[in-house]
Amino acid sequence: MKFGVVVFPGSNCDLDAYHLLKDVLNLPVEYIYYNQKIVNNYDLIILPGGFTYGDYLRSGAIARFSPVMDTIVDFAERGGLILGICNGFQVLTEAGLLPGALYRNSHLQFRCEKVYLKVENNNSPFTVIAKEGDVLKIPVAHGDGNYYADPATLKELENNKQILFRYCDQEGNVTEQANPNGSLLNIAGICNSKRNVAGMMPHPERAGEALLGSTDGLVIFKSILKSLERGGWTDG
Amino acid sequence: MKHIVKYFVAWRGESNLQFIAKVEVTLKKAVLDPQGVAVENSLKALGYNNTSGVRVGKYIELTLEAGNSKDAALQVEEMSRRLLSNPVIEDFSYTIQEAGR
Repeated sequence: MKFGVVVFPGSNCDLDAYHLLKDVLNLPVEYIYYNQKIVNNYDLIILPGGFTYGDYLRSGAIARFSPVMDTIVDFAERGGLILGICNGFQVLTEAGLLPGALYRNSHLQFRCEKVYLKVENNNSPFTVIAKEGDVLKIPVAHGDGNYYADPATLKELENNKQILFRYCDQEGNVTEQANPNGSLLNIAGICNSKRNVAGMMPHPERAGEALLGSTDGLVIFKSILKSLERGGWTDG
Repeated sequence: MKHIVKYFVAWRGESNLQFIAKVEVTLKKAVLDPQGVAVENSLKALGYNNTSGVRVGKYIELTLEAGNSKDAALQVEEMSRRLLSNPVIEDFSYTIQEAGR
């Protein structure tokens, strides 16, 4: 088993993701650099948070044309597991690997706080050990986390059960007050229709040790491990 | 085909007229514009109560070489769609002018 964490110019949560996989979960992990052209034999690739290329033009807009993205798109098409966290989610939407877009928070503020997420769907390699309706406490830290997709795309996401997490209150109620950024339908995380690529604005890698205030982020990484132990993910 | 293709519209490189392209990128009408709302509120605070529908966009200016203005327009159209705007949330428009004219 081998995990990869992509390092773009301006990534800053690459160390956190690496630390969680290596030191907390004792898994083999390597950095994959933005200018690398060949990406081999990874079981999971993480696109971490940060401010790639200074977020110039739009968050993720320039990173998606990095040399490494070519092979990451191939990896996704072959069914490889990819998790984009925060800026990584933005890169995946810009690259067209996930539907919709993330733009300026509706209140224009940068939000750095713990939020609650309702697990909407556990039929994915990223949520398989969770129960639907479970509430996870995981931090967010972003200025451009406002999820938008046109009405037809939103309907498709709901019908295909591609919404993995929604912002909720501590009791699991999906409310406007619990929405930290104005995302449509309180969307915090989604997957593609093949279910092997997921993106989420909250940072599960910052919620993997009791010392940091929550271990709920481990649900996502342990789900990934469980689906890999089962020999990968086949749709359904 | 690889995901990242350098050009869809080939630059022929025969003649090299210079063109100046001015591209405007705006959020689609259906997309809430939080910056526009904040600017509008601020305008009203200054007493401009007759303002409404404020939208904040981006302006990008660039020089490019092309054989003629039609080729230049094709390339600007393509780069606007692929990089300068995100068609999921944004619209774009542009003008092209031969440099020095």
